[in-house]
Amino acid sequence: MRSNTIRRAVRWIPRILLLTLVTLAFVYPFWWMLVNSLNTNAQVFGQPRLLPQGWQWQNYIEIFRKQPFARHYLNTILVACVGTLGNVLISALSGYAFSRIRFPGRELLFILLLTALMMPIEVIIIPLFYQMKAWNMTDSLYPLMFIPIFCSQGALSAFMFRQFFVTIPSELEEAGRLDGLSHFGIFRYIMLPISMPVASSAGILAFLASWNTYLEPLVFTTSIEKYTLPLSLNNFNDVYGQPEWHLQLAATTLSVIPVMIVYLVFQEKVTDAMVSSGLKG
Amino acid sequence: MNRSNLAHRRRLAESATGYAFILPQMLGFVLFVLIPLINVFIYSFQNKNILFGTNAFCGLDNYRKLFSDPLFHLTLKNTLIFSFFLVPLNLILAMAMALYLGDGQFGTRYIRTVIFLPVVTSGVAWSIVWKYLLQGGTAGPINWFLAQLGIQGPNWLQQKGWAMGAVIVTRVLKNLGTNVLVFYGAVMNLDSGIVEAARIDGASGMTLFRKIKLPLLMPTVLMASIVTMIGSMRVFDTIKLMTDGGPEGSTMVLVYYVYYQGFKAFKSGYASAIAVILFLIMLLMTLLQWLARKKVSHYEE
Repeated sequence: MRSNTIRRAVRWIPRILLLTLVTLAFVYPFWWMLVNSLNTNAQVFGQPRLLPQGWQWQNYIEIFRKQPFARHYLNTILVACVGTLGNVLISALSGYAFSRIRFPGRELLFILLLTALMMPIEVIIIPLFYQMKAWNMTDSLYPLMFIPIFCSQGALSAFMFRQFFVTIPSELEEAGRLDGLSHFGIFRYIMLPISMPVASSAGILAFLASWNTYLEPLVFTTSIEKYTLPLSLNNFNDVYGQPEWHLQLAATTLSVIPVMIVYLVFQEKVTDAMVSSGLKG
Repeated sequence: MNRSNLAHRRRLAESATGYAFILPQMLGFVLFVLIPLINVFIYSFQNKNILFGTNAFCGLDNYRKLFSDPLFHLTLKNTLIFSFFLVPLNLILAMAMALYLGDGQFGTRYIRTVIFLPVVTSGVAWSIVWKYLLQGGTAGPINWFLAQLGIQGPNWLQQKGWAMGAVIVTRVLKNLGTNVLVFYGAVMNLDSGIVEAARIDGASGMTLFRKIKLPLLMPTVLMASIVTMIGSMRVFDTIKLMTDGGPEGSTMVLVYYVYYQGFKAFKSGYASAIAVILFLIMLLMTLLQWLARKKVSHYEE
């Protein structure tokens, strides 16, 4: 009896060990960030504590005073929303055409588009910079909107839409055509509504990519009013250039929270989108 | 005659609609992918410089310089080291966790949830937090814990040798969740009949994994390893924010070097030549991926 209990307890040990390790590696960093976003700069280091010592709520006000943080936040929201909407709409259109409308050169053009998938932005960032400069679009938010719409993220979404639309039975289109709908009508009133699962997956991926991207704002924006969050986070330094850790952590916390909430609410949807794209893209 | 004319016109109209539907995407593709890609090759043969505004043709000069640039050699070496350690570490950890989660004991849902938190978080936020956690002395929490155990931790991000390890681990933890869930899905889809039959035949534990499960999971592992490798070649934010390529260039990787030469040293032509090398590596990987996928679908048939 007793040895049975012990044996059962021993069987639990690896699981408890794993849960501890997972918590330390994946939850603790966020907890540490949150706790120290409420400390003073001096309290950030040294013995780590489970709760803030200073309860410095004013850190969260201070970050808006130090730099135009609200502006950076709005910039990021604007760029991510325009980028996501544009990405989904434009790739839904092309994904529909590539699967349901017959025209010469369709397969070839689609394969051409897919080459964008293996073209990470890092490869073309230099010519893109010159191009934007020629169009007077450097130090503006436009490149940050165009890139998630048209570069590899756009091709990925078009691919996802095409894969979805080819599975739709043609009876649905026939019915629409009998009702006198044009191709655009069929797309608008039949195909787009039923493609919501794909649209939301593509949208989630585009939004996360846009919200989190670092290289593009680093290259394309120079004046502080044009910064997005990833740049802004790394810009909390005092007059001597020393980082103000507590403010940086408060800002980081604010930048992470919306994404976390979306993830925790739509967990299955988000993981499905990322896992399937990781394997296919 | 009339009827075939009508059909012909309908086909033309259909084609026109098709082109109209793909026009926005293809136009954007040409402007934001195709032309820049052609340009990166052209620039790589020019001595283009943002600061001086030069853009004269210089033949293979940039590529010749690459061959004798010790920093480029270091960058290539570092990128290889980065991928060489990151990919197996990621895959082994992910597979171990996926198999363990496959047993469906308590805590599975919790692990599946939290392991994905860093995946959706920005690389910038994750890097900033880990930069703090890894501070030297006993300032950083990791070294503080080590100190409680009587171990004096190194100055992770400032010491040659440790810095590379630190960024690799940070990066593995950031993206581990994707592969865990990819493998978890594959483990759950394993033909339970085959596994059960092997178990009845007396296979268990490591044998069961090596002889039965792993071969069945191999297509997934193959695909995941290539995707992970491509991702590792693109690492930038982690490096830029945590070590800025240092100490002594020991964490300088390809994309960082493109950024450095292009936007810090203003040598666009030279940076383009590096970007072309990066492109060729990506191309090779993608070809590998296609071959692997072919093999995978061959398996599945």
